[in-house]
Formats: sequence, C-alpha cells, structure tokens
Amino acid sequence: MSESNGVMQNRDMQRIALKQKILKGTALFFVYAFLIIMALIVLFPFYWMVISSLKTLAEYRLSAPTFWPRQVMLSNYAEAFTAANLGKLFVNTMYVGVVSTLLSLVITVLSAFAFARLEFKGRETMFGLLLATMMIPGELFTITNYATVTRLGWMNSFKVLIVPFLVSVFYIFLLRQNFLQIPNELYLAAKVDGTSDLKYLWKVMVPLSMPTLISITILKMMGAWNSYIWPRLVANDAAHQMITNGLRNAFTDTTGDVNYPVQMAAVAIVSAPLFLIFVFLRKYIMAGVSRSGIKG
Amino acid sequence: MVDNKQQWKAWLYLSPAIVLLLVFTVWPIINTIRMAFLEGYSGLQAVGGINYSFGFGNFVKVIHYNKFINCLKTTILLCVLTVPISTFLALLIAVALNSIKFLQKGLQTIFFLPYVTNSIAIGMVFAAMFNIVGSFYGTENEIIVTAGIINNVIEFFGGQSVNWINYGSTYTANIIVLTVYIVWNALPFKILVLLGGLQSINTQYYDAAKVDGTPKRRVFTHITVPLLSPMLAYVIITGFIGGFKEYSSIVGIFGETMGPADDARRLNTMVGFIYDALSTNSQGTASAAALILFGIILVVTLINTMVGKKKVHY
Repeated sequence: MSESNGVMQNRDMQRIALKQKILKGTALFFVYAFLIIMALIVLFPFYWMVISSLKTLAEYRLSAPTFWPRQVMLSNYAEAFTAANLGKLFVNTMYVGVVSTLLSLVITVLSAFAFARLEFKGRETMFGLLLATMMIPGELFTITNYATVTRLGWMNSFKVLIVPFLVSVFYIFLLRQNFLQIPNELYLAAKVDGTSDLKYLWKVMVPLSMPTLISITILKMMGAWNSYIWPRLVANDAAHQMITNGLRNAFTDTTGDVNYPVQMAAVAIVSAPLFLIFVFLRKYIMAGVSRSGIKG
Repeated sequence: MVDNKQQWKAWLYLSPAIVLLLVFTVWPIINTIRMAFLEGYSGLQAVGGINYSFGFGNFVKVIHYNKFINCLKTTILLCVLTVPISTFLALLIAVALNSIKFLQKGLQTIFFLPYVTNSIAIGMVFAAMFNIVGSFYGTENEIIVTAGIINNVIEFFGGQSVNWINYGSTYTANIIVLTVYIVWNALPFKILVLLGGLQSINTQYYDAAKVDGTPKRRVFTHITVPLLSPMLAYVIITGFIGGFKEYSSIVGIFGETMGPADDARRLNTMVGFIYDALSTNSQGTASAAALILFGIILVVTLINTMVGKKKVHY
C-alpha cells in the first residue's frame, strides 16, 4: 500500500517536471520568436536600402517588389557619387571632424585635469555652473551664435563649423570622472620627482584614460558626420558643405517619381563609414552612449 | 592652503574652455533672454540702430501664432505617441534579451544598430519604403507605378494601400509614419540602458521569489519594474527632452518642406519654428519660442522627477 503510494507520487513528480519543462520550452520559443521578429523589423530598412541601391530603376518600379536584385547595378553607386558630389563632401566633413576632434580633445583634457587635480578657488561652483548649462536646449544658443558668427564674418567658412562646438561640458565631465579614479599619490610622486604637470598629464593620465578619450573621439566624429542644422544655417555653400546637407540638397524630392536606386546608393555610401565604426568600435560607443543619452 | 601657483595654472588650463564658453554659451543665454523681451526685435533692424522697448510682446505674438500652435501640437503629439511606445517596446525587448543566453550578444548588437545612423539618411530610406512611386495623385491622370514596399506588405495581408506621405496624404498618415521612424530610432538607446539596468539587478531577489513560488507576472511587476525604475525614469525623461526637440527625423522623411507636397510645413515642430523665425530675421520671436521650449522641457523634467520620487524605488 505504502509502496504503491510512493510510486504514484514519483510518477506525479515526473509528470509535473515534464509539464514544467514543456512550459519552459514554449516560453523560450516565444521569447526567441519575439526577439527575432523584432530584430528583422529593425534590420529591414538597412536591407531595403542595400537591395534598392543595387536595382535598375525599371526593377525598382515593378509593382510586385523583388527581394533580391535581378541585375546587380553597381553603377548606381558611381552615379550617386558624382550626382551628390560625395567626394568633396567627404573631404569637407573629414576635415571639420578631424580638426574639431583634435582641438576639442586638447581643451577637454586640460579642463578635466584642472577640475580633477588642481586646487583653485571656486572650483566646485564653476563645475556646477558648467553642468547646469547641459540642461539648456542647444536651439537657445543657436539664435545668438548665428548673430555672433555673422558679426565675426565667419559665414561660409570651416571656422564657423568648428569653433562654436569645441567645448563640450559633457566630455569634460566624463573625462574628469575618469581622471578622479587615478590615485592622487601617483600625481604627488610625480611632483616629488620634479615631473611637470603637462608631462605627467601626457605620460600618465592620458594613457590611463584612453577608453574615454576614444569614446569622445568617436562621438565627436559621428557628430560632424551627422550634423545638419547648424551647417545648413551658416555654411551651406559648395566649398564648405557637410555630407548630410549635401545628401539632403542633392535629393530634395522624397516623394513622387524619384530615381530611388541612385538615391539609396547615396544613402548607403553616407551610412557605410558609420557601420564600419560600429563594427570595430562598438564597445566604446556603447560605453559613451549609455552615460549620455545624446545622439551623435 | 591653496597654493598660488596652482591657482594660476588651473585658470590657465581652463582658459580656452572658459573663453569659448563665454562667447558661445554664456553670452547666448543672456542675449537670447534679452532679445525675447525686446518687442519685435530683429537683428537686421538692430544693426540700423533702432531701439526696442521692453515687454512681453514676443511671447504674446508667438502664442497667438497659428503656426506656432500647430508646431506645438505636432511636437506634443509625437512626444505622447513615441515615448510610451518606444519605452514599452524597449522594456519588452530588454527583458526578453536578459532572459536568454544563446544569441544574446548577437541580437543585442542588431538592436543597437539603428543608433549609429544618420537620421537624415535613414529618413530617406523610410520615405522610400512608404512612398507611392508615381505622380498626379487624386486626379484623373493618376499614375501609380508601385505602391511601395510597406503598402505591398499591407496588401499582402489583405489590407488597403494607404497614401502615407505623398501629395494629398492625411495628417494622421504622416504622423503614423513619423512615429514608426522615431520609435525605430529611439529603441537602441532605451534597450541599451534598460538591459544594463536589468543585468545589474541582484539575482537574490529572483531566487527568493522562486523559493516563494511567486508567479512570473508578479515577479515582473513587483521586482523587475520597481528595481528598474531609475533606468525607466531616465529613459522616459531623455525621451521627452529628445521628443520636444524633434526636427531632423521630419527633414529626413519629408525634406525641408516639412510636410507633403500639397501642405508644406504641416509637420513643422517647435525647433523648426525657431529656425524659420531665425531665417526671416525675427530673432525676438525665435528667442521667445526658444525660451518657451526651454520652459516646457524644464516643466516636463520636473514633473517626471516628482512623479519619479514617488514611484521610483532606489
């Protein structure tokens, strides 16, 4: 009697365990199904951009869409490159990006060092004031900055694209936090050895903060690549045009009967460098981004 | 004792930043407030030496502008639609990602991908997807070459194709397209932050719930969400701030006309209004609108933090 009871219980247990396993399996199946469907939705625009850029115009205009180009038209890329003058735009954007990143890094390193290591009157107040400016929307600055750069005669120059955005309070904040983690004893020891501040900064602090500096570099370069509003206001001439503005200006029609394959090829060319950065330097971007919430 | 040499050196190191901030940040704050309160201030006329009287005229004018009210309406509508949808979706995706091991890294990478894009460029891709290729819509000579991939999909599932963004499209259709695009664009950042938050939740809580036999849904609403609330609050606040500054997504899809061909500027936003005022040399109006925008952002942030203080569990 008691023996058979034990067997029954054992069977029940097995049945319950099996049931749980099936339940868990179905739950996991739905989780994966959901994630994969969402991932496909997220990826679809990229896929559509690439295959559209490879189609002939006639194929693109078919009323039943094709999901793989019948005839791969690499010539769309060549056409897009010349139509939007992408070569010149690329050089302009890289120039602005590189110069502003370098200058910005120097200013950020020096300021972050002062805030993290040097003692001076009003340090905390000053730092608090800087952080407060981060709350103000950029549009509020733009109105006056537009007048300022006009008065300075900087319209349609590279200066106007570089100088107003050299100081980023967020980058100073980010780097200062990093500098604070480096033990002060290191600095004092260097002082005793008679190492100058700048040498210490260059030889010790900069190498130790490389990940943050790389994050700043990437975000700053991406900022130049994606900037649109300010360049449109102050430097929209052919000689200084930035890539996003050039792209938008070259293809003004978004609706109607447009030569989409070429337009998509241009979009793909503009997106490609961002993808490369993403593939190789993802962790630096993610580290910088999760702390900022600022795009580009 | 603060030594004098260090003081001097600190200010030297800070000087480039300070000079640039004074010119391009501090002065703009003062000047924008000044221009906002000078009646009908215009940069062009100011150079001519006209004096302006002090008053609230610019604010009154802006608030009575139909154009401004429309911009405000579109901006708020986009905020109210995109922030909850993207936060909810991001939460679902983050929780799902956190519950799996196989493929987790790969999927996480895919979900982050839209972040590293140019919003104008990808806006053009979305426009292409929603576009009806052809011309003369709504007339006898209407030519439709292809209804566009999104409409093809809708028709495949037995629906009716919709004029999303072309000549004669409705405001609702336009807003739906923008919502889809903005949500797509907003997901990566939110997923990144929320997943980071989920991964830092101590597993002891879940173990305790397991011992008690707490049902899954209760675990989600009583453990996951409360412990994730600081991240949720952060994502919602930054979402609203970004939403109120929406501009380039619309330029990406509709171009600088900010609307379909038959109704340009219909989808203009607060930021768009400020730039339009600036390009017509109405700095007074632009400044007043910018201060209103700042005020709205401040109020929304304060409300969020106040609600957060009650609801956020640290």
